[in-house]
Amino acid sequence: MRYLPLSDADRAEMLRTIGAPSVDSLFVDVPDAARLAGPIDGLPDHASEMAVERQLSALARTNLAAGEAPFFLGCGAYKHHVPASVDHLIQRGEFLTSYTPYQPEIAQGTLQALFEFQTQVARLYGCDVANASMYDGSTACWEAIGMARRITRRTKALLSNGLHPHYVSVAETMARFTGDMLVTGRPELSPEGDGAALLAAIDGETSCVVVQYPDILGRIADMSELAERAHAQGALLIAVVTEPVALGALRSPGEMGADIVVGEGQSLGVGLNFGGPYVGLFATREKYVRQMPGRLAGETTDAAGKRGFVLTLSTREQHIRREKATSNICTNSGLCALAFTIHMTLLGEKGLRDLALLNHARAVAAAERLAKVPGVELVNDSFFNEFTLRLPREARPVVRTMAADGVLGGVSLGRLYPGADALANGLVVAVTEMVTEEDISTLAVALEEALK
Amino acid sequence: MTINQSGWRPESPAQGNDPADVPTYTGNKALMLEEPLLFEIGDIGRTGVDLGERPRGESRLGGLERNRSIGLPGLTEPEAVRHYTRLSRQNYAIDLGLFPLGSCTMKHNPRLNERIARLPGFADIHPLAPIDTVQGALALIHLVGEWLKTLTGMPGIAMSPKAGAHGELCGLLAIRAALEARGDARQVVLVPESAHGTNPATAAFCGYAVENIPATDEGRVDLAALQARLGTDVAAVMITNPNTCGLFERDMIAIAEAVHAAGAFLYCDGANFNAIVGRVRPGDLGVDAMHINLHKTFSTPHGGGGPGAGPVVFSEALAPYAPLPFVEKQGEHFVLVEEETAAEHHGGAFGRMVAFHGQMGMFTRAAAYMLSHGADGLRQVSGDAVLAANYILRSLDDVLVAPFGASGPCMHEALFSDEGLAGGLSTIDIAKGLIDEGFHPMTMYFPLVVHGAMLIEPTETESKGALDQFIGALRSVAERAKAGDASLKTAPVHAPRRRLDETAAARKPVLVWKEPVQSQAAAE
Amino acid sequence: MTYYFTRDHEWISVNATIEDAVATVGITDYAQAQLGDIVFVEVPPVGTIVEKGKEAAVVESVKAASDVYAPVSGEVVEANRALEGEPALVNTAPETDGWFFRLRLTNIAELHGLMDGEAYKTYVAGL
Repeated sequence: MRYLPLSDADRAEMLRTIGAPSVDSLFVDVPDAARLAGPIDGLPDHASEMAVERQLSALARTNLAAGEAPFFLGCGAYKHHVPASVDHLIQRGEFLTSYTPYQPEIAQGTLQALFEFQTQVARLYGCDVANASMYDGSTACWEAIGMARRITRRTKALLSNGLHPHYVSVAETMARFTGDMLVTGRPELSPEGDGAALLAAIDGETSCVVVQYPDILGRIADMSELAERAHAQGALLIAVVTEPVALGALRSPGEMGADIVVGEGQSLGVGLNFGGPYVGLFATREKYVRQMPGRLAGETTDAAGKRGFVLTLSTREQHIRREKATSNICTNSGLCALAFTIHMTLLGEKGLRDLALLNHARAVAAAERLAKVPGVELVNDSFFNEFTLRLPREARPVVRTMAADGVLGGVSLGRLYPGADALANGLVVAVTEMVTEEDISTLAVALEEALK
Repeated sequence: MTINQSGWRPESPAQGNDPADVPTYTGNKALMLEEPLLFEIGDIGRTGVDLGERPRGESRLGGLERNRSIGLPGLTEPEAVRHYTRLSRQNYAIDLGLFPLGSCTMKHNPRLNERIARLPGFADIHPLAPIDTVQGALALIHLVGEWLKTLTGMPGIAMSPKAGAHGELCGLLAIRAALEARGDARQVVLVPESAHGTNPATAAFCGYAVENIPATDEGRVDLAALQARLGTDVAAVMITNPNTCGLFERDMIAIAEAVHAAGAFLYCDGANFNAIVGRVRPGDLGVDAMHINLHKTFSTPHGGGGPGAGPVVFSEALAPYAPLPFVEKQGEHFVLVEEETAAEHHGGAFGRMVAFHGQMGMFTRAAAYMLSHGADGLRQVSGDAVLAANYILRSLDDVLVAPFGASGPCMHEALFSDEGLAGGLSTIDIAKGLIDEGFHPMTMYFPLVVHGAMLIEPTETESKGALDQFIGALRSVAERAKAGDASLKTAPVHAPRRRLDETAAARKPVLVWKEPVQSQAAAE
Repeated sequence: MTYYFTRDHEWISVNATIEDAVATVGITDYAQAQLGDIVFVEVPPVGTIVEKGKEAAVVESVKAASDVYAPVSGEVVEANRALEGEPALVNTAPETDGWFFRLRLTNIAELHGLMDGEAYKTYVAGL
C-alpha cells in the first residue's frame, strides 16, 4: 500500500524486538467476541491513486459548479475570486501538515500568522481583540450568546428576525440544553428591519441583542441606538456579519457600539466548499477577553530576548479547565484562518475597499435591471452585495426552473423559511465581483422566462 | 486548593545567549530567516490584487459608508508570497519529520486527497444550491457516511459536526434528547480520570454534573467502581477506547452491559479509532454513540489547528435523535433532509448544529483516503500503527519508565512517565531536547493520571528507519535527563526561537498588533 | 497573628484576639511552588458568601487552573486588588502580600479543625 512504508521484513524484525508472534497478537486485549479475523465485510479493497481519482472525479462532474454558470447565491456563503497565491501558500506542507502550535519554538509560522489574523479581524470588526477563529459563523454566533450570558449573568437573548435562520436554528438547538431563553421571529418582506421592535424589547433581563449586518434580506441598519439602549439596560449588543467584504464599504459594528462581533469569514480565501470548512470570526472588547471562547495567540519574548508568539490564556479552554471551560471547542479553523489572512493581506485596505465598492456597484446595477422584470419588485432600500426581490409567485420553483436552464439565480426564502407563506415569493440575489454584466442580463432573461 | 496534578510547573525560561550565537546584520542565520509582522512591512495603500475599473453608480449603503481607515496593510503578490513562505519555514510539520504527538494522530496526508477536495464539482458548489445540481456532492457525503457506519457497525450517523469536540457535543445532545423523550431526567455523566478535557467540558455544557471514574493500577477503567456508581441518575458514561493511556479497555463489553442495565448510554470518544479501525467495530462492543475525527483516523490534514471534522455514529437507540441536516438516498436520488421535511423522515432530530452540511472539504479527503486504503488497507493501517507504538515502547522501556508496560501490549501510543529524571529536569526538558534533535516532541503531561506523562504516537506512516532514528534520539535525550544534564534546561537552542515566556504572555496579554508608542523621553 | 492551614494548602490568619472575626486567606508557599508562575487570580467579589471547603477563588498558571477552597465559612469583606495587576505576588509573597481575600467568619469554631504551622509542615513533608 502506497501510504504504508513498513515492509514485511521490517514488521518481522519489529515483532522480534517486541517479543510478539504477530501483529494480530498485539490486539489480544480486544474481546474475542468483537475481534474481526479479517478485513471488514461490505467494503471494497484498496485502490490505486488513478482509480480513486477517476471514481471521485466522476462524482464531482455531476455537480453544477458555481464557476460553470451565471451564479447569484449568497445567504451566508459567497463566491469571491481567491488569488492563486492563497491556495499555493496554504498548501505548503509546513502549514498544511503542522499541528496546533503547542510547541511554540517550532510553530512560529502558524502563531505569527494567527497573530496577524487576530489583528486583521479585530480591525475589520472595529473591536479591541479577536480570537484565532471558530468553526464557522453559526457556531461563533451561538458562542457569543453564551459569552453574553456569562458576562451579564442573564439568560434572555433577543435575536433579530433578520438573523440567518440557520444561525437561529443552531442557537435554538443549543439553548434547549443550556436553559437560555431566545426571542426569535421571521422577517417581513419590507425595507425596514426589526430595529424598532428590538429597541422596545430590551429590558433589565436581557443578556444580549443579536443583529445581523447586513441582514438575511441584505438590508443595512445602523445599530448605534440599539447599542446605547442595550448598554443602558446592562445588556450586550452582538453583531453578526456573514459577508466580511461588506465591511470594506460599511462602518464596522464596533464603531457603532457592538460589544461582541462574530461572523463568517468564508468570503476571503476559503471558497464555497458546499458549506464547510469555513472560518468563524470572533472579536470583542479587551475587558471581556477572559470570557471569550477559542484559541488565542499572544506576543511574548524568548529566552534570548527575541520577539515570539505563543498560545495564551489557555486556562479558559477545555484541555485545562475541563468542565469549567468557557466552551468545549478544542480546535480552531486554522488553515481557513490562514487563507483568510493571506487573502486579506493581498487585498490590503485599498484592495478590500475597491473590492467592496465593486461588489456594491455590480449589485446596484443588477438590482436595477432585475426590478425591471415584469412583476418583480426590489424589497430593499439599502443593501451591500445582496438584495431581496419579491416575485409575483412562489420563488422556489422559479429557482429550480432557472437551475434546470443552467442559471443559479439566487436563494429562495422558501428554502430558508419553509412553510412561511408571507416569505414564499422572496428571492435573495447575491452579486459579487465574479458576476459579469452578461450574467446579469442572462439572469434577467431567465427570470422573465421562468415567471411566464 | 486542588494541587497541580500533572506536575508541570511552568516557569519563565532562564535568560542568556547561546555562546555559539554569532550575530548577523539581518538577524538571519542562513536558511533560518527572520520575518517581521505584516503590519511592519505592509501599508494600507499597497495591494496584491488588480480589480479592474469599478463601474459607476449610486450608493445604496443606507448612509453607513466607512468614513475612517480600517488599518489593514497590504502586500503585493511577491511580497506576500515571500512573507508567508518565510513564516511557513518556522513550522515543524509531518512533511518534515516524525510527529509523535500522542492522541493527535499526525500521519502522512496523501496529496491525492488535496487534489480531490479542490475539484470544482466539490469545492465550488454553494451549500444552498438547488438539490438537483449537487447530487454528486450529496452522494459523496452519503458514501463517507456509509463507510463510517460499516467500519463501526453502527446504524445511524450525523455528518455535520465540525470537529471532534463538536461531535462529542452532538453525541451527548442525542443522548439527552433520547432521555428526555422517555421522560427521564438523569443528571450525571461519568468520565474516567484519564479522559480528554473535552469530555467533561462537553458534558458540563449539556447541563450534566460530571463525576470521575477511577482507573485501576493497570491503567484501565475500574469496572467494579463503575458498576457501584451506576444508578438511575446516570445519563451516560463517556469512555475513550483505546484509552488515553494507550490501552484497549478489555472490559468494554461488560462496561456496556452494565451501563445499559442501568438505563444509561455508552458514549465512546473515537479520537483513538485509528488504532482499531478494520479490527473491531465499536457497535459490537455495545457503544451507543461515537465521534470520529476524520483528521485523525482518515488523515485529513491538521492545518496548524483545524479545520477538523467530527461525524458521529449512533446505535439503533440513538439514531432517531441525530441532528439535521442529513443526506438520504431515495432510489437513485439523494435528498437533503432539513427542517422542512424532518417531520416525515426524522421527527426525533434534536435540532441543528451548524449552518450548513458539515465539513465537505474533509469528507472529500476522507473519501479519497478510505477508497485508497479499502477494507484491507485500513486493517493494515491499525496494525502498523499499533506495531510501531509497541516497537517504541519496548525499545525504550529500559531507559524510561513505562507505568503500564506490564498491562499488555499498548495500542497506537506508548506512554512513559518522568520517573528517574535527575537534577530537577522534567518532561518538558526532554520535549525541548527532542526539538534540537529535529523532532516534534511527544504529548507532554497528558494523561493527567501519570506524573510527567510522555505520550508517543508514531502512526503507521513512518518507515522503520525513521522510527529507529527517533528511538535513538529519545534514548539519548532521556539518558541526558537521567544524568541531570543541566543544558537540557536551556533547550532548544537550534530552533527558530528559544523557550518562550508564556508567563509574561498570560500576565499581560498582547493579542493584536498596535503601532509602537513613542516613549515619553523621545517625545520630549 | 495566628496562621491556620488546610490540607488543600490554603492558609487563614486571624488576629490573636479576633474580636472583629475577620480573617485573611491565601495559598501556601508549598502550593505556589507546585503551581509555577502564577498568571491570574480570580478572587470573589466583596459580599460573596463562601462555605467551608467550597470553591472561593481560582488561581492560574499558564498550564493549570486550580480552585481555592474557603478554609472556613464567612462573607468576603475585601479582595486583594493588587493581584489583578500583579499576580506574581502569589509567587513572591504567598503568605503575606499575596493574600487573596478577607473574610468575616460565620463560625469562629471552624478554625479549630484546621492545622497549625507545625502540623502543616509535617503534613507537607509527608507528601
